[in-house]
Amino acid sequence: MVAKEFRELRRDRRTVAMMIVLPVVLLVVFGYAANFKVHDIPAVVVGPAARQAAPLLRAPTFHVTGVDPAAGEPAARARLRDGQAVVAVVTGGGRPLVLLDGTQLFSVETAEAALARLPAAAGPAAPRVRILYDPDLTTSWVMVPGLAGLILVFIGTLITSLGVVRERQSGTLEQLAVMPFRAWDVIAGKIAPYLIVAAVDLVLIVVIGMGVFHVPFAGNVGVFALGAALFLLVTLGMGILISTVSQNQGQAIQLAFMILLPQVLLSGLIFPVPSMAAGVRWISYVLPLTYFIEISRGVMLKAMPVSALWQPLGLLALLAVVVLGLAIVRFRRDLAPDTRATRPRARTAEPAPL
Amino acid sequence: MSWGLRDVRVRRGQHVALDAVTVSVDPSRITVVVGGDGAGKSTCFQVLVGLLQPDAGTVDRPAKERIGYVPATAGLYADLTVAENLDFIADAYRLPASERRRKAGEIIERTGLAGARHRLGGKLSGGMQRKLAVGLALLHSPELLVLDEPTTGVDPVSRAELWRLISGAAAGGTAVAVTTTYVNEAARGSSVILLEAGHVLASGSPEEILRGVPGTVGTARAAGRPSPLSWRRGASWRVWAPAGRLPDGVQPVQPDFDDAVVVAALASEPGR
Repeated sequence: MVAKEFRELRRDRRTVAMMIVLPVVLLVVFGYAANFKVHDIPAVVVGPAARQAAPLLRAPTFHVTGVDPAAGEPAARARLRDGQAVVAVVTGGGRPLVLLDGTQLFSVETAEAALARLPAAAGPAAPRVRILYDPDLTTSWVMVPGLAGLILVFIGTLITSLGVVRERQSGTLEQLAVMPFRAWDVIAGKIAPYLIVAAVDLVLIVVIGMGVFHVPFAGNVGVFALGAALFLLVTLGMGILISTVSQNQGQAIQLAFMILLPQVLLSGLIFPVPSMAAGVRWISYVLPLTYFIEISRGVMLKAMPVSALWQPLGLLALLAVVVLGLAIVRFRRDLAPDTRATRPRARTAEPAPL
Repeated sequence: MSWGLRDVRVRRGQHVALDAVTVSVDPSRITVVVGGDGAGKSTCFQVLVGLLQPDAGTVDRPAKERIGYVPATAGLYADLTVAENLDFIADAYRLPASERRRKAGEIIERTGLAGARHRLGGKLSGGMQRKLAVGLALLHSPELLVLDEPTTGVDPVSRAELWRLISGAAAGGTAVAVTTTYVNEAARGSSVILLEAGHVLASGSPEEILRGVPGTVGTARAAGRPSPLSWRRGASWRVWAPAGRLPDGVQPVQPDFDDAVVVAALASEPGR
């Protein structure tokens, strides 16, 4: 019985991979990525006394990215909103004002602790600290925009792949390939329902988040929708890609799980991306959820304008083109193995060179 | 217009799945491809409908709009009702509104599924599912109907009904190609192809195939195997004599289709 089980297992390579690779991945991820301690918090210092105040923000906790004596509080706020800094110190006019980006929970906590420890040399007056966007550091405010993304990954990737695999498993995909559909009709027909359901789900999550958890929606709905649409296309592409390499629903679920897990752990949903070890951090940068979280938190909590989000939006668009493109190419191959058959009364094959 | 494969060769890696296979499918006629598992029947039909590109040979088929195809595994959506399955196919082939109701009614009646209109495809019995699948493939009145093992695993009554459905399609002018593992069903075709391991063992009308059985076939009630070229048939033995001379005590018989298939397989063995 034991020998039989091992024999069966040996032939199910994906399960073996999951049993061996997954614990290793989890260990590496938790070891290197799971780090609530933040360092190198990007900071800017503005105001007349900027040059004197900047050296007080010491490494490794802080990383001063800009010192601008000519700028004032509005410029500092703009930098925080656009994600260029998490800490902004405004000097001049008595006690300095420290602005913190409340959407970066762990960075803010670290920064607050460091500011409290500032030596007396900092000046006669302790700085006033003001936390923007999420003043009470409510965790749900930061989590809901991220969870929205996670749920979209779940629908887009898992449910879509199951839908396509079901068609393949039952043999009806083969039949569709013989029917007078263009490959595009079939692909669009398979994707559209999931796209609609996912979009409805997204609206539902955001509305519930706002109603129950009082999460603000400060920014532009259009920018949010654009980010969500691009992100959904990537996740649907991943779903189709999974379906093209899965023979049955069990395999599809396994693969989808392998893709979902790193997104939960490495996208910045739980652990801050900048504090991950460099060896693990690059994985975050190829995960679509990383960029969607940046967009959804930015738009909902900070009212980030599209001009400040062009980078995650652009990268999501690039991922969408690559992933969805690859998925469609592979899916088309299943649907139209003989493209010449679409010609009426095709006399198909010429003798192939032997 | 007649459809089919001519001298088709299909390789799968090192393995030759079909070798010089010719199958002709003519209007108003039924072509039956008979063979065991792995004979190449499904491959043959996948080439015929355009799912598979042959490595050599020519294929004649109508445009996709004029083909009805039922693969061995499926043919319907298990999570749709009978009526919804019909609707989907009518949409897929863009049947005009005026025609679809009449056609769907006709198919429901011919398949005997009137009482099951609102049942889910997956909840129908095996025989009803196959009847619905064939009915769906007929909905758009195809010129070429390709059915891969429509009767496998189906009870005898449903099999008879399926064949009535298939014969009805041929009578209406459709060119029909059917595969089967049941040798006795070969007699239902106007043209039969015996396929084994990707090779055509014999082809022609059922009568031609029976007439073409080489040598002599006999029957014997013996306790032991009467000759190396013999096989069990019920309580008695069948014996094949390639040169025509049966051993003593073996009575010659008129070979039937079962005999023809076994003899063709024996005759194709290397060294014979």
